[in-house]
Amino acid sequence: MHCDQDGAMLVQYLDGELSADQASALQQHIGECPRCAAEVSELIGLKHSLRAARSRFTPTIEFRRKIERQIAKPRHNWWRTRFVSALATAAVFLVIAAVLWMQRSRHTDSLGEVADLHVEALASANPVDVVSTDRHTVKPWFQSKIPFSFNIPELTGTEFSLLGGRLVYLHQQPGAQLIFNLRKHEISVLIFQKTTEISNALPAGSRTEKRNSFTVATEDSQQLRFVIIGDADANEMQKLAQLIKIANE
Amino acid sequence: MDTEFFEQLALPLFDSLYNLAHWLTGNRAEAEDLVQETYTKALRGFKSFQEGTNIRAWMFRILRNTFLTSRSGLMARNTSWLEDEDTDMDLTIAHTDTPEALLLRQENQQTIVDALESLPAQFREIILLCEVEEFSYREIAEILSLPIGTVMSRLYRAKHALRHALKAPRRAQHAL
Repeated sequence: MHCDQDGAMLVQYLDGELSADQASALQQHIGECPRCAAEVSELIGLKHSLRAARSRFTPTIEFRRKIERQIAKPRHNWWRTRFVSALATAAVFLVIAAVLWMQRSRHTDSLGEVADLHVEALASANPVDVVSTDRHTVKPWFQSKIPFSFNIPELTGTEFSLLGGRLVYLHQQPGAQLIFNLRKHEISVLIFQKTTEISNALPAGSRTEKRNSFTVATEDSQQLRFVIIGDADANEMQKLAQLIKIANE
Repeated sequence: MDTEFFEQLALPLFDSLYNLAHWLTGNRAEAEDLVQETYTKALRGFKSFQEGTNIRAWMFRILRNTFLTSRSGLMARNTSWLEDEDTDMDLTIAHTDTPEALLLRQENQQTIVDALESLPAQFREIILLCEVEEFSYREIAEILSLPIGTVMSRLYRAKHALRHALKAPRRAQHAL
């Protein structure tokens, strides 16, 4: 019995790798050739027995978890990185917000204290310690009492008139409170040296804002910080603030 | 292509990748290292993976290439890496046993496992890819980076060697 059939062909046949034509031709041959039939049945047996190798080795649960964690890790890392950076950003914003809020609340408090000083002066039976419409009298009165000097503007030709001045303290810092009159309005000008405490307490720069029923304007010179507070309208307040500023430049 | 997608595609292959890894390396520790490295490489290279292409073949290819550079992979290459050109190996089947006897023998799972383990890594690998993982020749060619003709001839010789190995214990018994 002779068969020139290629053995590899039988293997390919069983692996389903032959074309339909090749497969049917070979099928026919197997039906006629006992040797190839025996070979095929042996190969089928081999295929069948190789199923034993299919799940011969199974991974441990611990190892599976490890791989699952390994795959999940980058995502968690990514998430964690994002979360941490978001948290850091949030923290930075929170700190900035807190500082701003503290500053603002300190400003708010200080402006509130300034308003109190103003009200206190107006309500007092002796609103001023030095009663003088003359700036040349008022200024020397402060000289030995406060560690700085300031100029009172020339008010001739304006509607403002000086009522007098008194010594005040804000955040343990001595200052001068001058009280001006504009028609029926009393306006306080508070003058402080730019110490750290005052710089922290009173907002810097020229600005005007409403505080309770008062208008508060602030001005700065090289060494001094001015707070102008009163119930006159904002334009008049700013006008006085400008006069004070110019006098002290 | 994100990690979650990779997880969905690649994690179901875990058991079969591990099985092949163990078959190739011959022990649990090395198999675990091999699988772990395979997943690491696959995850890192996942961007280059073309969606819609065969993830199974892709993963097995990574596993197999990783194995080649591993300690036991290098050992297998150095000791028993057979050439794919036609060798003088006798491919005619010795019909000393009847098919029935052989089938009975093959039903013994331990026998087949022992026979597989006795094969050179190269043969064991191609048989496992074909018979256990049921990859097509084209896929096997892709995984092993071989021409399809080489896959055919190597697979044929591998199966022949396996049958030879299955008969060997009986021959040894006969010799006694």
